[in-house]
Amino acid sequence: MKFPALAASLLMLAPLAGAQPVDLARSQLTFTMKQMNVPVSGSFRKFSANVDFNPQKPEAGRADIVIDTASIALPTREAEAEARKKDWFNTAQFPQARFTSTAMKALGGNRYQVNGRLTLKGVTRDVTAPFTARAENGVTLVEGSLPISRLAFRIGEGSWSDTGTVADDVQLSFRMALKGQ
Amino acid sequence: MNPHSERYTALQVILHWLMALLLVGTFAFGWYLSTLPLSPEKFRWIAWHKWAGILALALGIWRLTVRFYRRPPALPASMSPLAVRAAHAGHVLLYLLMLAVPLSGWTMSSAYGIPVVWLGLLPLPDLVSADPALGERLKSLHETLVWLLALLVVGHVLAALKHQLIDRDGLMSRMRLRSGHH
Ligand code: HEM
Repeated sequence: MKFPALAASLLMLAPLAGAQPVDLARSQLTFTMKQMNVPVSGSFRKFSANVDFNPQKPEAGRADIVIDTASIALPTREAEAEARKKDWFNTAQFPQARFTSTAMKALGGNRYQVNGRLTLKGVTRDVTAPFTARAENGVTLVEGSLPISRLAFRIGEGSWSDTGTVADDVQLSFRMALKGQ
Repeated sequence: MNPHSERYTALQVILHWLMALLLVGTFAFGWYLSTLPLSPEKFRWIAWHKWAGILALALGIWRLTVRFYRRPPALPASMSPLAVRAAHAGHVLLYLLMLAVPLSGWTMSSAYGIPVVWLGLLPLPDLVSADPALGERLKSLHETLVWLLALLVVGHVLAALKHQLIDRDGLMSRMRLRSGHH
């Protein structure tokens, strides 16, 4: 699909010591919210990810994901332009969002959990997300999701804080394709 | 079934005028909201516009079904063959656009990746899978078709007025809500 800036963001990566290279073309950060009670999805086209995860030693896992907020993808261009404005992501003042893990643990089977700090629009909150890991086509696919409150991060201020048109609950989903072991 | 009755049936008359109201209303409302900047109100109004358009689609399908079972009353014998042909062509196009305009809107919404949930209650199937570039093209198509439909509706009204005021052939009474003398 449209990932023109991927090569550039790959180059920008400053890997964590021992971090696995992430295949960004096969990784994605998406979100789903309810607009007029209808599920609508979007994603971030550009992000960098430093992830170190070994399913055998999940406690040693680490993740640091930096998102270019202006790269937001939404159903219409009009909506994308709106999302960059002050009331939403205010990308001029907050060009980056970031997730940094603080702990990982096994939940049994191929299920794990990551705790970390999510910073969006200058607001930092502790979040927890369950995820799964499985080997596929030479990479380890790590997939999970977590519900967040957009209003807790001041995403959608002013008239947009009305949750009747755009709901407060947003489901964030991530898929990271980790190369090598 | 009587192919040569003088009037349209009560059901056909009611559907005709409901459709007229709905088309003019949805058109004016759609045009107005397309001029607004994005806001929560616009989101809400676009949803209402979609609901009204889907209702028009359902009414259009109903009308066409009725039309197949019940032929319209014959046109006045005073009309020239050319006028009869023009009337038929106009009506075929009106029916086609009555379906094509809401269908293009629905397909646009699907292409943008926004499902249509009628009245916020009844989820309708996506007609195509999400593809924003296709959505942009379908938006232009919706706009083009809707202006064609508007032109046709204006022509339709002018033709009806000509029958009423110039030809004075009483054609309009066949579509009157209350039956009576004509
Ligand atoms: C009889 C049915 C319909 C009529 C007469 C109608 C009419 C219109 C008109 C006049 C516009 C503005 C076009 C312009 O910019 O010039 C519009 C826009 C639009 N219509 Fe419809 N429409 C109908 C059905 C539908 C349906 C069924 C849907 C979707 C399910 C739909 C979705 C839209 C959308 C998304 C827009 C763009 C609004 C914007 O500017 O963001 N329409 N329509």
